Amino acid sequence: MNKIIAALFLLVQIGTSAGAQVKSYEPGSLVSDFKLKNVNNKQVSLADFSGAKGYIIVFTCNTCPYAKAYEQRIIDLHNKYAEKGYPVIAINPNDPEVSPGDSFAAMQERSTSKKYPFPYLIDQDQTVTRRFGATRTPHVFLVDKTNEGNKVAYIGAIDNDTEDNNPDKIRYVEKAIGALMSEKAPETTVTKAVGCTIKWKKGTGTSL
Amino acid sequence: MKKYFIILCLFFPLSLFGQTVSLLTVNQLDNRLSVGKDTVYLVNFWATWCAPCIEELPHFEKLADTMNGKPVKVLLVSLDFKSKLETVVRPFVKKLQISNEVYLLNEKSQQDYIDRIDKNWSGAIPATLVVNTKRRIRTLVEKELTYDELLNLYKTNISDE
Repeated sequence: MNKIIAALFLLVQIGTSAGAQVKSYEPGSLVSDFKLKNVNNKQVSLADFSGAKGYIIVFTCNTCPYAKAYEQRIIDLHNKYAEKGYPVIAINPNDPEVSPGDSFAAMQERSTSKKYPFPYLIDQDQTVTRRFGATRTPHVFLVDKTNEGNKVAYIGAIDNDTEDNNPDKIRYVEKAIGALMSEKAPETTVTKAVGCTIKWKKGTGTSL
Repeated sequence: MKKYFIILCLFFPLSLFGQTVSLLTVNQLDNRLSVGKDTVYLVNFWATWCAPCIEELPHFEKLADTMNGKPVKVLLVSLDFKSKLETVVRPFVKKLQISNEVYLLNEKSQQDYIDRIDKNWSGAIPATLVVNTKRRIRTLVEKELTYDELLNLYKTNISDE
């Protein structure tokens, strides 16, 4: 009997931990630091980037065609802004059991073959992904290092032109970084875009 | 016999040869949904490039087939680029012999149309919009569905007898 009660209790706990989401980040939220494994097997946290003025945190993956469509633009962002104090930190949120193409080994392969100039981290238990409230790949969180802490400045898409054929596209992330560099608040702080759902571990995703 | 076949073809061209794919704006979609009254609309947003979307397409076919005659309507709305309509989407739909209605969303700005379809939608696909005008239901589920989940989604949103 006790066993059954204990099992029931555990079930309820699992249920609530998956369901009762801590409110995810919004523009203005302070970001708690995290420690995730990089493709080179070293742990990476925000505190490691002592010279950074902020971070371009991108939830992305190997497999989503939209993430792939933006891959070069993510590399370009890093190449353009890392030396200005805003490095890219890429995080793969997908559970490799649900999405085998997003395994750690596959991540290592992709980051090597595409010569990622930024860390590519695995969020093994998906805690960081949940805390941020990332819902799709690719999903950008631009974070500004302030006196109060690391503050979310912008959440959303890289630009408004997935197909990459409109010369007049709005480059949301670049515009937001531009604002931060001139110590202004970004004009647009949230955008939506089409992407792939995050591949949650079985039994932990949103239920109906 | 041949004559009957031709007549059949005239009456059921879609079911025999699969769907064509038409363009659809959000306004057109909303108009379509508003005439339904007691119909449960299941509007699935998918794309040919989205593997989990393609995995769940058969569930929508099966549901429409099983519930044939009931007030339920499946609309499959592709978010593929408009430039892929002829080269990718139409051949894909033809190959899969999809019998539900298939559309390609004819909107330019994702930033704009995602919110117009549902404020709670982040833009990730697969996503399924459930609409029942009579019961004033309009909810979006942003996840990939199993057949049972889809069936449940339909059943919990049917009009009262």
